[in-house]
Amino acid sequence: MASTIAEEMAKKQREISVAEFFEKNRHLLGFDNKRKALLTAVKEAVDNALDACEEADILPELVVEVIEMGEDRFRVIVEDNGPGIVKNQIPRIFAKLLYGSKFHRLKQSRGQQGIGISASVMYAQLTTGRASRIISKIAPDKPAHYYELKVDTAKNKPRILKDAEQEWDKPHGVRIEIDLEASYIKAGQSVDSYLKQTAIVNPHVTITYVNPKAEQIIFPRVTEEMPKQTAEIKPHPYGVEIGLLLKMLANTQFRTLQAFFVNEFSRVGSGTAKRICEEALIPPSTKPKRIHREEAEKLIAAIKKTKIISPPTDCISPIGEELLEKGLRKEVNAEYYCAVTRSPSVYRGNPFQVEVAIAYGGDQPLQQSANLLRFANRVPLLYQQGGCSIFRSVTQTNWRPYGLTQSNGALPVGPVTIAVHIASVWVPFTSESKEAIAHYPEIISEIKLALQEAGRKLQKYTLKKRRVGEELKKRSHIEKYIPHVAIGLKEILDLKKVETQKVEEQLRKMLEKHRGKLEELEFDPSKSVEFDEEFARIGREEKKEEEEEKVEEKEEVKKEVKKEKVKSKKKK
Amino acid sequence: MAKKVLLEIKKTAEDIYKKIKKKKQPTLSTPIRALSNVSYNVKDGFFELNGKEKTRTLTASSVKAFAQALRMMALSKELIKNDDIATKREAYYVSKNWEDASFNEQVDSDTVMDDIEAMLGVNREQIGFIPEEKGGEIAGDLIVIDKDPGTGKNIKIDCKKFGSGAYSIPSSVEQLRFETKAKFVLAIETAGMFQRLVKHKYWKKANCILISMGGVPTRSCRRFIRRLGDEKKIPVYVFTDGDPYGYLNIYRTFKVGSGNAAHINEFFCVPKAKFIGITPQDIVDYKLPTHPLKEVDIKRLKDGLKNDPFVQHHKSWQKALKLLMKMRVRAEQQALAKHGLNFVISNYLPEKIKNPKSWLD
Repeated sequence: MASTIAEEMAKKQREISVAEFFEKNRHLLGFDNKRKALLTAVKEAVDNALDACEEADILPELVVEVIEMGEDRFRVIVEDNGPGIVKNQIPRIFAKLLYGSKFHRLKQSRGQQGIGISASVMYAQLTTGRASRIISKIAPDKPAHYYELKVDTAKNKPRILKDAEQEWDKPHGVRIEIDLEASYIKAGQSVDSYLKQTAIVNPHVTITYVNPKAEQIIFPRVTEEMPKQTAEIKPHPYGVEIGLLLKMLANTQFRTLQAFFVNEFSRVGSGTAKRICEEALIPPSTKPKRIHREEAEKLIAAIKKTKIISPPTDCISPIGEELLEKGLRKEVNAEYYCAVTRSPSVYRGNPFQVEVAIAYGGDQPLQQSANLLRFANRVPLLYQQGGCSIFRSVTQTNWRPYGLTQSNGALPVGPVTIAVHIASVWVPFTSESKEAIAHYPEIISEIKLALQEAGRKLQKYTLKKRRVGEELKKRSHIEKYIPHVAIGLKEILDLKKVETQKVEEQLRKMLEKHRGKLEELEFDPSKSVEFDEEFARIGREEKKEEEEEKVEEKEEVKKEVKKEKVKSKKKK
Repeated sequence: MAKKVLLEIKKTAEDIYKKIKKKKQPTLSTPIRALSNVSYNVKDGFFELNGKEKTRTLTASSVKAFAQALRMMALSKELIKNDDIATKREAYYVSKNWEDASFNEQVDSDTVMDDIEAMLGVNREQIGFIPEEKGGEIAGDLIVIDKDPGTGKNIKIDCKKFGSGAYSIPSSVEQLRFETKAKFVLAIETAGMFQRLVKHKYWKKANCILISMGGVPTRSCRRFIRRLGDEKKIPVYVFTDGDPYGYLNIYRTFKVGSGNAAHINEFFCVPKAKFIGITPQDIVDYKLPTHPLKEVDIKRLKDGLKNDPFVQHHKSWQKALKLLMKMRVRAEQQALAKHGLNFVISNYLPEKIKNPKSWLD
């Protein structure tokens, strides 16, 4: 008997591994084009390195090298002085997707999901066929381990091609070497810009960077002070959804519902736990494992009705107004700087904190849209600006009172750089590639408040500047127009030369009497001691070349079109 | 006359000079040229200035205005002395030689010119400045007697003999004299309607003089019609679109003058004019096709009802404007074409002229 259609179809239906899924959907991880692939690979490795160093309380010292191996072929090397990784974890951390320490906890860190670095390894093997090389050493007296790894995409498991002990002169740390298909640009959304901006918001980090043109750039640390260690917190009941609650209920080791709430959540005492249970009409002594779906839904509803204190906010480590402003001073040669760090706030049970810094005037172009720098947990965000809640908050803020021009719903226009940093135990990105922050109303409103606070500081300066400008204009008016008043009178009344001069003198005395001393507000570039010209130029200088490239491309297209035309004519 | 103006200019400058010598801050006063500073002179039928003046004291912020006003007055003095003229545009270019005191745009020099004109209480032709604009076009039973600019001899211009074209009103009309047997003057808003009436020789059928105003009539056009109407004792009718612009900008300015030029309205308006254009009632009676009123139209209506001294003195206009406000529509002269291209000649104008009750004052 012939098999039914459903049976035929069943033969083709099978499980999809995470690795296979991301192999096909690499854009979700930030590998949608060659340029971005290079940046993503560097970024994932650097983020991991910095997280590891900070967790181990080591001042980070990174070496980043990007080497051009051939056409569209690059080697990325990232080396850190962190605590290293123990031998048997190395393969899974680097060659298994969704494996890591950061997903199951709530703690401010750069990495979150355990996808990034293994995705880079997978992308490398897909585009070049080569395994990635990893060296790790955990203590000076222990040997370094060398691995060559690939991802077995069908099973989402590491494939170990080589496993050896090796001499390494570093006391401890990790070095990863990846070969991948990519393309390099210097300006704009590039590795150079990414590392520079990383240096701006991580003043405690030293990065030595060698770019594909074999130029070495060193970003030295400007402070020896480590950022405040961030504490791990338990989830807050307000941020929990039904799926997570069921999972937590199934996995808990506590025997009663009350104990479960008290121990697995932050800010829940026995009284609050009891009240939740009573509200849901479930006895507090019920075994958590026996709670089924309907009851869990009742619990969720009960949580919403119960008053619970906000989660603790000491688990967040902001950059701080002073250091953020300092970072901006290095990057932008401006006349005025200010920074604001808001106190922490909460979205969906997750604490977060917003910081804003503004640099105004100076070298910056007058008629361009504001330069917006976005950061999340000290990581620069270079792509998808338009889809990010930081961008939305900036465009929804009215900048006109602060001395900038702005058309509705657009970035403000003027000589200004705006840097926004969000720190949180869980930054809600819109996709796994972590390029844009999701539009939570609580987050947008906090960002706006921070922008307004900084805006008001800016306003004080722009108003003063305008006043001085007007005063200067008036003074030049006096100089300019007094002779013409005299000429007019001379021509009508046929005054003599002496009389005309007298008129001018009198008028000058009369008008200048009222003017006081003027405050000096002219921009003097030599005054910006902290501005680092070399630093500022990184990631910028090639803009012209890029434009030329575009023009060339266009011309090539034209030539091709012409050729085709010629061909078709010949056919005729 | 010219001597008097010269004396006025000298006196103004003298005051300023004396104050400066006494170490006092000089001032310049000009009447405020706006609707808020005019009242309707019921007896003679035109807008006249109230006493409100704005006084500028010479300070750092007004020194530019002072310099420009004085230099403009000096230029005017030169023009009068040499019996010369300058167009507004030419005056603007003369200022280009004043370095820092020169004007960036002609509107700026025009404003200063208007201020001086109002300050001295004369019209700008008397201080040597003439407008650029053409005064309007004429066809019909009228002979204009002008002087040949070369020989100074009288020449007669017959406005019947321009074929499909028309006679242009010059920018200065004081020297002209008229001969006519026409029964009335018809001033028309649009050049298109004027063309139609000329093409079909309406002026012959109705025995009248046709004048195309091309929007708000120029000063010389108003002055020309004023003199023509007064000296030949013939009625003047105005034919505009049925919209707030036609009522409040064109007709009102034509009849009683404007707020901006209130100091000279006495001579530059036609108080005897009657409105025979499209009234709100006509829109209903003739079932004319309409367009909805725009926001500016509604604003103009409200402003007219609230602030225009002319409207405040004419109940019939208040009624008409309120009706239009209620209807929320406007109709153009050309809308009459709905009943046939020449409906305006065969029906509309004859009916209107026969029935004074359908006019507005």
